[in-house]
Amino acid sequence: MSTSTPTPTAKKPAAVDAIARSAARDKVLLGVAAPVLAIVAAIVISSLVFLASGENPFRAYGIMADYGHYSDSQVWIVNKAVPYYLSALAVAVGFRMNLFNIGVDGQYRLAAFAAAAVGGAVALPGALQIILLIVIAMLVGAIWSGIAGLLKTTRGVSEVITTIMLNSIAASVIGYFLQDGRLAIKDGNLLHTKFLPESSHFFSFPTHPKPVEGFVVVAVLAGAVYWFLINRTRFGFDLRAVGASEPAAEASGVSVKRMVVISMLLSGAAAGLVGMPTLLGESFQYGTDFPAGIGFTGIAIALLGRNHPAGMAFGALLWAFLDRTGSRLEFEGYAQEIVGVIQGVIVLCVVIAYEVVRRYGLRLQQRKVGEELAALARTGDGTGSADNSDKPEVTA
Amino acid sequence: MANHDIHLTVRRGTVHALCGENGAGKSTLMKILYGMQKPDEGTIALDGEQVALHSPGDAIARGIGMVHQHFMLADNLTVLENTVLGAEKLHGIGAGARAKIREISDAYGLNVRPDVLVEDLGVADRQRVEILKVLYRGARTLILDEPTAVLVPQEVDALFDNLRELKSEGLTVIFISHKLGEVLSVADDITVIRRGTTVASVEPAGTTPKQLAELMVGSELPSPETRESTVRDEELLRVDDVRLSATDSDGVVRTVLDGISFTIRKGEVLGVAGVEGNGQAELVEAVMGIRTPDGGTITLDGTDLSRSSTRARREGGIGYIPEDRHRHGLLLDAPLWENRILGHVTERPNSKGRLLDLAGARKDTERIVAEYDVRTPGIEVTAASLSGGNQQKLIVGREMSHHPKLLIAAHPTRGVDVGAQAQIWEQIRAARREGLAVLLISADLDELIGLSDTLRVMYRGRLVADADPAVITPEELGSAMTGAASGHLSASDDSVDTAAAQGGDAQ
Repeated sequence: MSTSTPTPTAKKPAAVDAIARSAARDKVLLGVAAPVLAIVAAIVISSLVFLASGENPFRAYGIMADYGHYSDSQVWIVNKAVPYYLSALAVAVGFRMNLFNIGVDGQYRLAAFAAAAVGGAVALPGALQIILLIVIAMLVGAIWSGIAGLLKTTRGVSEVITTIMLNSIAASVIGYFLQDGRLAIKDGNLLHTKFLPESSHFFSFPTHPKPVEGFVVVAVLAGAVYWFLINRTRFGFDLRAVGASEPAAEASGVSVKRMVVISMLLSGAAAGLVGMPTLLGESFQYGTDFPAGIGFTGIAIALLGRNHPAGMAFGALLWAFLDRTGSRLEFEGYAQEIVGVIQGVIVLCVVIAYEVVRRYGLRLQQRKVGEELAALARTGDGTGSADNSDKPEVTA
Repeated sequence: MANHDIHLTVRRGTVHALCGENGAGKSTLMKILYGMQKPDEGTIALDGEQVALHSPGDAIARGIGMVHQHFMLADNLTVLENTVLGAEKLHGIGAGARAKIREISDAYGLNVRPDVLVEDLGVADRQRVEILKVLYRGARTLILDEPTAVLVPQEVDALFDNLRELKSEGLTVIFISHKLGEVLSVADDITVIRRGTTVASVEPAGTTPKQLAELMVGSELPSPETRESTVRDEELLRVDDVRLSATDSDGVVRTVLDGISFTIRKGEVLGVAGVEGNGQAELVEAVMGIRTPDGGTITLDGTDLSRSSTRARREGGIGYIPEDRHRHGLLLDAPLWENRILGHVTERPNSKGRLLDLAGARKDTERIVAEYDVRTPGIEVTAASLSGGNQQKLIVGREMSHHPKLLIAAHPTRGVDVGAQAQIWEQIRAARREGLAVLLISADLDELIGLSDTLRVMYRGRLVADADPAVITPEELGSAMTGAASGHLSASDDSVDTAAAQGGDAQ
């Protein structure tokens, strides 16, 4: 079969080219269709929710848009989006191979707590301190999720169950150590770890009225690393193969168990970063008021962004925008819960819209392939060449 | 357009066979008849009355039933439960349903026992349950999608007896098959579909399988036979006393491979015959390293691979055409070029170092598509949008492109049209001339006999018999597959020659 044969593409008739062009056009249209469909559906349903609660949806949108365009809102949104984004990345690593890491929440909290405890005790000069704390956080996050990975591969326990349980164990562990006389100091009603030394403070961009935290750079880098790892490396291919079809991946030579452990470790390491912008840029200690629940937000944002680094960035910003402007709605007499409802509606709309468009696209593609082959066949039968010229290669 | 200008007329009370390449539009036509897909134009008339079928429910209501190629039965339910599932309203789920099942079973000689668990049934029995399920729902027209693909010759004969029984009761059977000899023996009328259109209607009397095949592909065909021997002296694969046990769904430990030993030399095709479920799939997975045997050694070209990972084995020169290409051979939602990478991600042209070489993989996919005649508009379409034959050609092209020393081909032409089949056979033969060793597992006995240099029969996890493909007939092989014969099978005499077969290598 090594004899060279003319490629069928070389003698494609015009009709086939036309079909190929229209297929390319469809691809672009479908790519745009899903987000547009999701946004329209989300706006329509949200409006209905507003109407049902007896409020004017357009006034609400007006308030949100107006409030969102102040520069202090924008700084707030960017700073808030950074941990959301990192959390979404952590979840997405699992999602790409059909692992559901619900434990990002426990992982980042335990990681941040460990980093805060170490950071309060040692003081390395300059950047070394920051690097040390980030490495510790990633390690602790990785170990915590790695437990779930190991349990899954050795005992067959679903990672959904173990990560949820590890969340509550993490909370108990933190609760145990975060007591006066152990690793915490008492500060009014709050308990928190010792303050980090000056060298642990992450840089920030001097924007007005408040600074944008420098960790946004880390988030962008993490997104780029995620994209490169998944799409450009052998490891990423193995990971996607397991996600697409476990038996096919196994037959192709991927050790599925090994991949489960590695991707849980990676997911946990990414989760370890989630608490860092807060710890190194804002609070400088881990206390009982340390933000919780970002791990769950990450799940929604990963869904919203379709596990794509750019999509998740958009999702994180949108989520932060809704958080920010939603708080404003409360002052204007809207129910506090309405933003939560809108966020839920958006996630559902996105998930459903993408699935609908994906299925439609698949059917469309199958039909196009059939059409194109039929077009080839007709011209082939007409000239009597395409069919038979393939044959010698077949019968040799 | 998958189909155009299809004209099909089926007479009541006949068996009507539909032949055609995969991707010719048979499946689409069947989906239209069964209401799973709507035609853009044209009409369907049933008993002279025009009908519009919007869903399988409509089709069932009009007495059309379908027996799918892949059985749709719940293993852990009984035959009765499987039958009434979704049709509880007809005769209830208890004594009424049981009586009805017995009645249908007796009327058509199906010999189905209502209270047996489906997992305890063999393939042929399961198929009869599927047929019964359709009849239970009141079908007068049955569509059977490649019903013989999984059966041995004796079971095929039994199935055909059932079909004749149905016919004599006035039912109509539409029968899809690639096996032309069978089509000719059972059908009253034959319609041939090629590239989405009906090209011929013939009567079985006065038509030969060869003529039929040529109608299907539109040109002359090669035969599967390989006669000149290319077997060399160097041993390539040695499997020695491989044993494997597995725990089934009830927690019972069963022996699935029991002291398997054989060798394949360079340029040799070793065919393993056997009814499905006798350990062939496990044998393949043990050689591929997907399952870890309890004992025994596997040596490839002098290297002990018994403890190696699947990836190391693939890199060491094993090519793999899996039995179920959708489950094990392809990423259906991924584009063709990603599927070209699958299984060879560590090798050129797919990767350089630890990074993927997307340009290299794409370019090489273009080459495979051209050289192996994969009919596709491009390499960016998903694997799922190709027909079965073209998917298989892509897999064969991918595996052959890495110049394997050993090819494991499990049912390499199952569900593949005649044209692609001939092409795959030719590729295996060409590589064999270059010294490729092949482990061939197949349910198609003509294929086994035609391609193999040596034949072994597998029964209940053991290699129980061997045969010379030059003299054996499919019938003799079929009877050995049911466990009726062991030892060395010779054409003239079915008697057992145990001495020759025992002790591993019976060369």
